Amino acid sequence: MKNFEYAAPANVESATALLEKYGDAAKILAGGTDIIVQLREGLRAADVVIDIKNIPEIVDYQYSADVGLQLGAATPCYRIYGDEELAKAYPAVLDSTRIIGGWQIQSRASVGGNLCNASPAADSIPSLIAHQATCHIAGPHGRRSVAAQDFCTGPGRNTLEQGEMLVALTLPPSKPNSGSAYLRFIPRNEMDIAVVGAASWVQLDDSGESIQSGRIALAAVAPVPLYAEEASSWLSGQPATAATFVEAGELAKNIVSPISDMRGTAEYRQHLVGVLVKRTLKIAVERARTNQ
Amino acid sequence: MSKKIHVTTTINGEPIEFLCEARHSLLEVLRDSLGLTGSKEGCNNGNCGACTVMLNGVPVDSCLVLGVEVEGATIETVEGIAQNGELHPIQQCFLEGAALQCGICTPGFLVAAKALLEKNPHPSEEEIRFNLAGNLCRCTGYDKIVRSVQAAASQLQETTS
Ligand SMILES: Cc1cc2nc3c(=O)[nH]c(=O)nc-3n(C[C@H](O)[C@H](O)[C@H](O)COP(=O)(O)OP(=O)(O)OC[C@H]3O[C@@H](n4cnc5c(N)ncnc54)[C@H](O)[C@@H]3O)c2cc1C
Ligand code: FES
Ligand code: FES
Repeated sequence: MKNFEYAAPANVESATALLEKYGDAAKILAGGTDIIVQLREGLRAADVVIDIKNIPEIVDYQYSADVGLQLGAATPCYRIYGDEELAKAYPAVLDSTRIIGGWQIQSRASVGGNLCNASPAADSIPSLIAHQATCHIAGPHGRRSVAAQDFCTGPGRNTLEQGEMLVALTLPPSKPNSGSAYLRFIPRNEMDIAVVGAASWVQLDDSGESIQSGRIALAAVAPVPLYAEEASSWLSGQPATAATFVEAGELAKNIVSPISDMRGTAEYRQHLVGVLVKRTLKIAVERARTNQ
Repeated sequence: MSKKIHVTTTINGEPIEFLCEARHSLLEVLRDSLGLTGSKEGCNNGNCGACTVMLNGVPVDSCLVLGVEVEGATIETVEGIAQNGELHPIQQCFLEGAALQCGICTPGFLVAAKALLEKNPHPSEEEIRFNLAGNLCRCTGYDKIVRSVQAAASQLQETTS
C-alpha cells in the first residue's frame, strides 16, 4: 500500500478543514473495513487518511424514547446491537448491524461508514431509509442534512461535496404499534454480500389488524439503495394479511433495475424482491404486534 | 525514507512502543516489527480472521487496523493466551479435539473463541458457529473446532464452579 499521512483530529471543524485542504487526496477512516481494503487494493488513493474516531460525538450514540436516536457516524456496530431499547425501537437497523461481516468486522464497522461507502448492496441503508433516518453533514460552510434515501448518488458515490463529512444519523422516535425488519438473501449462512436486501417498517392501527402506514426499501437491485415509494404508500389502510404482503412485494418489483452478475441474474433478483418484501413485512407486523 | 510514527500501546499486559509508517497494518507491526508472529496473514482483507487480536476488549482483524490507530490501546494476541507456560483450556481442547490441521487459522480461532467464552460462557452450537463466522478454516470442516470450543466451555465451567 502506498504510504500516506495520518491525522486524527479531535473535533469536526479540524476534520473538515483537513478535508477542504486536501480535497480528493484525503480519505476518512472510520472502522476501516472498506477503506483500508480499498487503499490496499489500489481502488482508492489517499495522501492523507483522516481518522475520525478521536472525535467524541462521532463514536457514540444517544437515545431517548421522546427524541429518538442520534447515532455518531463512526459508532461501531457492536456498540448498538446489544442495546435492548434500540432493538425495540429500530429492529431493522439492528438486524442490519448484526449481519455486516462477522464479529471482527462488527467490532469496527460503522453504520455511517456503510452509508458513505455507498455500495448498492450495503446492508444498513434500506433499514435507515425504512426508519426515515436523516444524515447530518458538516462542511467548511456549515451544516446541512439530507434524508437517507437521497444520500447515495451512484455505486460508491454519495452526496458529500468537497470538505464535507457525515457527522451523525438521526432516527425519529419509534411510533406506537410499529415494527420493522431487514432481511438479505445470500447463498451462505453468514459473511456474504447481499444478492438482494429488503427492509420494511409498518405502523398498525390500535386493533393490530390493519396497516396505517408503511415504508419499504431495497438494496442490490439498482445503482443505489431504493425507497419503494409506490409500494410503501399503497400499504396505508391495507389489512395486515399475507395477501397484502405479497401484493406489496409485487409493487416493489416495479421500481427495480437489477444487474446480472455472479451472485444472480436480474430476473432472479427481481423474484427475490417479492420474496423478501413479503417476509420482512410479515416479521415487521409480528414485531409491531408484540413489541408494545 | 518514509516518515515513521511513534506509537505507545499495551500488548499482552506489557507496555510496548514501536515506530511504523501510517500505511502499516497492526498485523504487519505485530509480525514484522515486534516479532509476534502468532497472528497469521491469511487473506489480508478481513475475510479469514487468521489475524484476529483483541483491541480494547473486542476482537478485530488486525490486517484491517492501522498500526498508528492503536496509540494508547490495549491489545491481546494469541501469544498472551497461555499463562506461565501453561496452555489455556481452550488451547488444550483444540489440541485434544484435533481442531487443527495446518494450523494457519488456529491463532485467530483461539482469540475469537476465548472472547466468545468470556462474553457467553455457555454458547449453543449455533452461537459458536455464528460468532466464529468471521474465522475461516480450509482444513478441518469446522465440526472439530465447534466441539473443542464446547469442550473448553464445560471445562471452564467446572474450574469456576
Ligand atoms: C470481510 C468483510 C465483510 C463485510 N460484510 C459486509 C456485509 O455483510 N454487509 C455490508 O453491508 N458490508 C459489509 N462489508 C463492508 C464494510 O464492512 C461496511 O460497509 C462497513 O459498514 C463500513 O464501515 P467502516 O466504519 O468500516 O467504514 P470505512 O471503511 O472506515 O469507511 C467507508 C467509506 O466511507 C467513508 N467514510 C466513512 N465515514 C465517513 C464519514 N463520517 N463521513 C464521510 N465519509 C466517511 C470512508 O472514507 C470510506 O470511503 C464487509 C467488509 C469486509 C472486509
Ligand atoms: S488476514 Fe486479516 S482477516 Fe484474513
Ligand atoms: S487448520 Fe488449516 S486452515 Fe484451519
